[in-house]
Amino acid sequence: MSARTLPLLFLNLGGEMLYILDQRLRAQSIPGEKARKVMNDIITTMFNKKFMEELFKPQDLYSKKALRTVYDRLAHASIMRLNQASMDKLYDLMTMAFKYQVLLCPRPRDILLVTFNHLDAIKDFISDAPGILNQVDETFRRLMETYNCLSDGEFQLIRQTLLIFFQDMHIRVSIFLKDKVQNSNGRFVLPISGPVPWGTEVPGLIRIFNHKGVEVKRAEFTTAGNYVTPQREGSFELYGDRVLKLGTNMYSVTRPVETHMSGSSKNLENIAPNPLAKEELNFLARLLGGLDIQKPAGGETGFRLNLFTTDEEEEHAAQTRPEELSYKVINIEATQEPGRRAELSRILGEMEVAEPRPDSAEKGEDLLALMDGL
Amino acid sequence: MAAAGSGPYRRERSLALRSSSSALYNNLAVLCPPARPPAFGAVHGTTLSLLGNEGPPRQLQARGGGSALSIPLLTQAAWCELPSRVLLVLTSQRGVQMYDSDGSTMVFWHALDIPEHPAAHSMFARGISAAGGRFICVGTSFGAVLVFDIPPKGTNVTLSEVLEQHRDPVTDIAAEQGQAPDGAGDLVTADDSGTLCLWSTGEEFTLLGKIPGSGSSCSSVTLWNGIVAAGYGNGQIRLWEAGSGQIRAQVSAHARWIYALDLAPLTGKLLSGAEDSFVHVWKLSRNPDTDDIEIQHCHAECVTDTQVCGARFCDPAGDTFAVTGYDLSEILCYGPA
Repeated sequence: MSARTLPLLFLNLGGEMLYILDQRLRAQSIPGEKARKVMNDIITTMFNKKFMEELFKPQDLYSKKALRTVYDRLAHASIMRLNQASMDKLYDLMTMAFKYQVLLCPRPRDILLVTFNHLDAIKDFISDAPGILNQVDETFRRLMETYNCLSDGEFQLIRQTLLIFFQDMHIRVSIFLKDKVQNSNGRFVLPISGPVPWGTEVPGLIRIFNHKGVEVKRAEFTTAGNYVTPQREGSFELYGDRVLKLGTNMYSVTRPVETHMSGSSKNLENIAPNPLAKEELNFLARLLGGLDIQKPAGGETGFRLNLFTTDEEEEHAAQTRPEELSYKVINIEATQEPGRRAELSRILGEMEVAEPRPDSAEKGEDLLALMDGL
Repeated sequence: MAAAGSGPYRRERSLALRSSSSALYNNLAVLCPPARPPAFGAVHGTTLSLLGNEGPPRQLQARGGGSALSIPLLTQAAWCELPSRVLLVLTSQRGVQMYDSDGSTMVFWHALDIPEHPAAHSMFARGISAAGGRFICVGTSFGAVLVFDIPPKGTNVTLSEVLEQHRDPVTDIAAEQGQAPDGAGDLVTADDSGTLCLWSTGEEFTLLGKIPGSGSSCSSVTLWNGIVAAGYGNGQIRLWEAGSGQIRAQVSAHARWIYALDLAPLTGKLLSGAEDSFVHVWKLSRNPDTDDIEIQHCHAECVTDTQVCGARFCDPAGDTFAVTGYDLSEILCYGPA
């Protein structure tokens, strides 16, 4: 419902993806140089200037299918490859992690702090590449410009829009189960203790005023909750202590990333007739047009990343994934062939991406057909 | 002070919903016909799940608009009880849908004017109430309140007036459920900035007063015997004197954003539900000597691991109530212990 939700969704999911990839690259003992190249390539693509411009335009959230396709492309922006099963698992982890963060944010505005936590960590990943660092800082500034002035009500609308996107997802994540932040039925634990959000008082006080506005009585009530006043507010500046831990990296080499397939996920989009809206196709076309895809030269520089502990596990996961949790990814293979790239550029040039026009429905279908044919 | 007749509640049955409830303000609609079991409605994305008192559960869809490829999201649903008829009203990103009370027939559809260029702010209708025994008022994200004139029967609903006093998205609207004191007005509208507007309804609505927000969004509001009870994003409940606009009580009620308030007109019981998993029952009263408005805490329920998004009394005395939560596929019912 809020037209400002997509950048936050994209950046936070992207941030989680990088945490997981970083952990897996270490766990699989990928040589430091290769690992750094993968991370740098993905981050460069994620923060591509044209990409960000498109992202920050006010618009509705993209469908789950379209968004999943974008991350598929992102994950393959470098010399690394992932099988379908690993990509599915990666996406499950990303989405459940961000769902958890959105749900547990004390104030809706704190989603911005979560985003800043992700960006702070991303800057750490590329601390040796000043060029990319610049891009990330640019995005940081754009975030601050766009969001710092929004009201609490607008942030709550963004939060509600995100929660609709994540509704009915109850995939169990090992690290969450172990830390007891998720129950065995896949639902997150919502604590009724700890600091109250900044700007909220600890519940318990009733104040009565007379008709002149003078306080005449105080009373207290108690509940099972055990709340305390917060110490300080997190920083919304370019640099600063965010205070909030949500959005920081919860993975380390010793904590493996596992999921258990469970629960139904009544996809809200099973009702919608078209998998991709015209705007989503434009966005994807832009992404594909702008991508500089590294083709793995033979088997020397490229490698495959496995989100599972063994190849057998990955194979098994692929075969046993429940139907209702299938992402039905649209296979769009962009190629390096000059002919194809020119075609895409031509289409991009023709389409006025900024203003959606009611009569352009046919163009969208053409592009979809073209992509199917690639 | 002894709280007379406000005994504790206990959890009763749960009613299964076909889909889980979305995190939206006031996301539980209840219709309590006399001497019949109540009917319930909860919004899930683009559909409204209806649990009627008769017949099988039903689902209503948001109505799309023209060339749009995707079905719009619903923001709220509520039954509006008028002397002549009861209508079920749905608000969405596209407009307002009105149905017969069992949801079987659409009576009226009003499309919001979508501006030429895509707005940076989102477009939706939200906030529903019957008013003045003749109208249904619906709020919008651009602050306007639409007043629809409802005929005693048939589909000839007309847009009678557009009230333009709010500058922020409307969140909730409530009509006087008791007896309004002189000059107090019989309708209150609330918005995202916490601003409350008090109106006198009629052929032409008159703005009687405006209570400015003080930094916190107001998500839910009720009006009873000239007392406005408002729930805020910072977890506070505030009671205002409708006639003078003076604040009469302030309660640090919840640790998170309040999502729902409801009032039982026979007893003055107030129900509040919030993201902090708690549902509280309070008792409002007026001290006849001092004319002070009092509020006491009666009961607390913790809905474990659930962010409450809807809470409503199921009878006019407030002996029973029902609750919905985000991602919860059931309606939780509570009754007298």
